[in-house]
Amino acid sequence: MKLRRLKAIAVKEVLQIWRDPRSLMIALLLPFTQMFLLGYGVNLDLKHLPVCTFDREGSQLSQDLFKHFQASQYFTIARNVQSYSQVVAAIDNADCSIAIVVPPDFSERLNDSGTASVQAIIDATDDNTANIAFGYAAAVVNGFSNDVQVSWIDRQGRPLQQVQPMVVQSRVWFNEDLESRNFIIPGLVAAIMALVGAQLTSLTISREWERGTMELLISTPVRPSELMIGKLIPYLVLGWLDAAFCLAIAALWFGVPYRGTLFALFVTTSLFLFVVLSIGYLLSVLIRSQVGASQIALLATMLPTMLLSGYIFPIDQMPPVIRDITYLIYARYYVTIVKDLFLKGSSIVELATPILFLIVYATAVMVLAAHAFRKRLD
Amino acid sequence: MFARIIPIVIKEFIELKRDKWARFRLIVPTLVQMLLFGYAATYEVYHVSTVVLDLDHSQESRELLSRFSFSNRFDVVKVAQSQHDVTEAIDRSAAAVGLVIHAGFAELLDKGQSAPLQVVVDGTNSNTALIALGYVNTIAAGFAHDYAADLAERTLGVHGMRQVKVTLEQRPWFNEDLNGQWFFVPGLIGTLTLVIIVNLTAFAIVREREVGTLEQIMVSPIRPVEFILGKTVPFFLIGLGEVALIVAVAILWFQVPFVGNPLVLLLGTALFLLSTMALGLLISTLCMTQQQAFSMNFFVLNPFFILSGFSFPISSMPKVLQWMTYANPLRYYLVVIRGTFLKGIGMSVLWPQLAAMAAIAVVLLAASILRFRKSLE
Repeated sequence: MKLRRLKAIAVKEVLQIWRDPRSLMIALLLPFTQMFLLGYGVNLDLKHLPVCTFDREGSQLSQDLFKHFQASQYFTIARNVQSYSQVVAAIDNADCSIAIVVPPDFSERLNDSGTASVQAIIDATDDNTANIAFGYAAAVVNGFSNDVQVSWIDRQGRPLQQVQPMVVQSRVWFNEDLESRNFIIPGLVAAIMALVGAQLTSLTISREWERGTMELLISTPVRPSELMIGKLIPYLVLGWLDAAFCLAIAALWFGVPYRGTLFALFVTTSLFLFVVLSIGYLLSVLIRSQVGASQIALLATMLPTMLLSGYIFPIDQMPPVIRDITYLIYARYYVTIVKDLFLKGSSIVELATPILFLIVYATAVMVLAAHAFRKRLD
Repeated sequence: MFARIIPIVIKEFIELKRDKWARFRLIVPTLVQMLLFGYAATYEVYHVSTVVLDLDHSQESRELLSRFSFSNRFDVVKVAQSQHDVTEAIDRSAAAVGLVIHAGFAELLDKGQSAPLQVVVDGTNSNTALIALGYVNTIAAGFAHDYAADLAERTLGVHGMRQVKVTLEQRPWFNEDLNGQWFFVPGLIGTLTLVIIVNLTAFAIVREREVGTLEQIMVSPIRPVEFILGKTVPFFLIGLGEVALIVAVAILWFQVPFVGNPLVLLLGTALFLLSTMALGLLISTLCMTQQQAFSMNFFVLNPFFILSGFSFPISSMPKVLQWMTYANPLRYYLVVIRGTFLKGIGMSVLWPQLAAMAAIAVVLLAASILRFRKSLE
């Protein structure tokens, strides 16, 4: 490997990038806009769910219950309806995400038997939202139930007794307020970088084939490894700029706490960028047409990165077969690394496993790319 | 007009037929992705890895912990000997939940005082943590309730103390078991189709431009409208085939119920295909090289995917982003798919979604035709 030839390739590639300002603009603007757009879009926290109330009793007690719902930050009473068919319509049209129905004999039952129930109807097509909303609704009803109990004991003139024999004291670590943004945004950085990286390099070789300039390159004394490294260097710099943008926006703009060291971030990000760029390069070597290369790159990176990297859906909840497949998704390792660096402040030693996987990945892809390219020249 | 559209359609099909790889690329990755993602995309929480520490060693503490190990929501992966073990297990992500019962738990319970169950949750994934905490509370409440009932019976007799309690009856409609696959598998139909179709059409014109065949078409008597329409017809047919394939997998393999009207879904699919093809064609007319078209694809598809309601509820987004989702055809299509699959709602509820997709299709198609005409001059 000669430095002079390496430099020549790198300079040529830089010129090529520089003279296509539209592509360069996209490469720089893409992560920037995506971070802003998606950073606000990725949010699983539920607040102010519109509630539809159907009060079949119309008593003081039922009104008290609705006041509890209105007071909770998770619910807002959107409308009061008078019939069951209106409840159905409100849920069908998605005007309300939850309907609370108080039965006509609510107070009576509570007085006679001591227990009464209210109905919560939820559009459960989105099972996750439904599950969380049920949890919040149960908490509101529970609070209401305790109030009723206390006032009931009060009226009986009895001393206040211990109601709850056991309490759960829960503490949440690493993401104390359970804000979904804090765990999704670091993952988003990883996902965006996986996508941007692949698209930066995936056309670089197929373009040379399609335009006929590959013949020129082959006739020069440049070696395959020099061509690869030379072509990757400018993109590595570009990738680093993008990554720095994304990470800065995550920490400074969205205020996700960063608890790790900058050194660890630098090392792991460089490694990840190298993997991503060389995968784009490998695809580019393997597939001669630009359309083919881009289609495969898009199919191979976009949705798998989104769905299988653990950035949205937790990997440990997937079936074992799928879990094994996620080891192939290189973004998965960087998602783990960035999340842990941000929220847990892990050190390089603690991140040894994902780092090791990335190194293995990088080596394998490089060997494959060099091999594939050599074959092409025959 | 049709006399000139048909040759373009035939030309596109011949091009597709000569590309051996194209058929493979259209069918195999779609099937593989559908199967993979159908299993991967879920927020359901089962078998949370749990570390337990019992410093009380009483019958009560064992009873409480056994309720956790018998639940399919929690898997006890480690029995810790000290508080330090618990901390370490959570730090190293060996466990996501730690349950600690301190010495004196049974004694406090017996005295009728509040006995604490300490829970430590790794909140890195806030959604999983939130749901797991909900299950912890349910199990703990069940234990507390049984213990209180037991105690009341032993000390005061059945009628001794009256509990006043209001409970919540949960009525999840359309998805009684809160099955995550029922939500995400129909969503995948729209998402996969969006990616495939935009990717196919985005290269349709720019490739001709780059390869140089656009010049030949320009000298022929064909008009821009005819050219664009001729380009859309084959992709429309391919898109319908793809959707049929994915819907079949959703119904036959994943057993997602389809309770609605297939014709409404067909109409929604047609409008969705038109609007996504129009989007792809617009990208194609805006770009000079395939590289640019490719970057634009990424630029556009990612936000369309995230801001559609596929996995992140639109109602949780800031207002500005909520307005932006109105320009996203996937947003409407997801409502149509989920509505027809799970809810069985028809035209009377879904017509605004269909009208919105039609409007997007018309606007984008007109824009790409105008843009194409201009780039010819």
